[in-house]
Amino acid sequence: MKNLILTTAALAMSAGMAMAESHGVVRLGTEGAYPPYNFINDAGEIDGFERVLGDELCARAGLTCEWVTNDWDSIIPNLTSGNYDVIIAGMSITDERDEIIDFTQDYYPPTASAYVAASDAADLMGGTISAQTATIQAAYIAESGASLMEFATPDETIAAVRNGEADAVFADYDYLAPIVDASGGELMFVGERVSLGGGVGKGLRESDTELRDKFDAAITSMKEDGSLNALLIEYFGAESPQY
Amino acid sequence: MCSDPDTLSGLSWLLCYLTTVKHLSLYWALGTVLLLLAVTAPAALLFGFFGAVAARSHFPPLSWIGRGYIAIVRGVPDIAFFMFFVIALDQGIEWVRHQIKCPDWDLPIRQGSDFLVCPQAKMPLSTSPQWVHEVYGFWIAAFTFAIVFGAFAANVLYGAMRAVPHSQIETAEAYGMSRRQTFWRVLVPQMWVFALPGLSNLWMVLIKATPLLFLLGVKDIVYWARELGGTKTPQFTDYPHGDWRMWYFFGLLVFYLLFTRVSELALDRIMARLTRGQATMGGERQRKAAA
Repeated sequence: MKNLILTTAALAMSAGMAMAESHGVVRLGTEGAYPPYNFINDAGEIDGFERVLGDELCARAGLTCEWVTNDWDSIIPNLTSGNYDVIIAGMSITDERDEIIDFTQDYYPPTASAYVAASDAADLMGGTISAQTATIQAAYIAESGASLMEFATPDETIAAVRNGEADAVFADYDYLAPIVDASGGELMFVGERVSLGGGVGKGLRESDTELRDKFDAAITSMKEDGSLNALLIEYFGAESPQY
Repeated sequence: MCSDPDTLSGLSWLLCYLTTVKHLSLYWALGTVLLLLAVTAPAALLFGFFGAVAARSHFPPLSWIGRGYIAIVRGVPDIAFFMFFVIALDQGIEWVRHQIKCPDWDLPIRQGSDFLVCPQAKMPLSTSPQWVHEVYGFWIAAFTFAIVFGAFAANVLYGAMRAVPHSQIETAEAYGMSRRQTFWRVLVPQMWVFALPGLSNLWMVLIKATPLLFLLGVKDIVYWARELGGTKTPQFTDYPHGDWRMWYFFGLLVFYLLFTRVSELALDRIMARLTRGQATMGGERQRKAAA
């Protein structure tokens, strides 16, 4: 038995090494539509918290990285079929996702999700709530008793509230906060915040253990020297959760 | 002038806004759509021609292939075919390369939901720069478009070949032309006039189908219209604006309408040219008008 475990471990390690050699360039996949996590700036480049974080993690892990954008809907299938090697797209760690892909440790603590509506009388439990497809927020609304209205992009979930299709939108607090600020009182936070998911981590193929360990180590080093906290404050404000 | 957009207003703001690097991506995507059409239309015509020739072949297996191609591709909804074929083609190419380049690879290719070929077999290689990946994705998409529209073109050409008056073929044979000569000298030159109404329809449908590129992961004009039109908050851009998707999609609508109109005019001229001297009602009318 012990022998068997040793052989499998050796096999896994050699496979891991073969993988590591293959990663001359690590391709990072993100959505590019989820500020402040990730978005495309006026110069047409991927920008935001995860851009800075991802570049820093690659530098610490000694990897050459390249950025790609991919629709949220197909972001997991395109990882498993090898179009890119890492998902870094504000993706919360959940058990359902963990069955299909692997996650690094979290680089953003478990996130608060919040409701935003056009009036504070919005019916959050029985009304229509918009959320992005295949997110933990959509799963939460489906359970909550409200009727769920799903959209492919985060921007469309907000538009649905503005034009009255949905009573409220349910999304990450950090995504909503700048939008509420900029709306000039048109939109407001309503109801309680809800803590969902196991923090935000990078998603990798289950077979890519070597790469995951490298990123895990890089995240740990950023947590230890406080540079991750500095980034969190820069992008999400002083009251954002920290390590 | 565009360095401080906050101080601008009206037309100068709009000019600066419409010339951001991000907007250039939209204009570039217009080029992508035109390139797709320029590549796909002749390729589909070629596929269609071979499909039609195969379908009317007297050699049964070839005829079955031609008919099968036409029936299957015409019968399956475009979107379903696109979704399936692009993934299957991509993985198929990688699988074949894997068999050739890494015969000693002993790990399974499918591990759970992962599709893992050896690094040398990846297409394109993961070390290739991003533009190589985009170009590759474009060609996969163009090939898929050509297959789908080729099946429709095959059906149109098949009908057009049968529409050429039989007496023309008999006359050619009476002059002692072989089957091959009859086909190339009499049938093919005359079939176009019968095929053109069907082919011009196809061309219009092809233009309108180009937004399917978006489904295939190619960043086309629909992607950029949605991305640029979405609400932009001032924290993340120098050009904040509300939900302008309607205006962007209206712009797309105008683009497609203009493009189809220009196509119509061009196709009318081609039709007039093809009709000249043909034994059709249009040809007869041209002859009388000239006389």
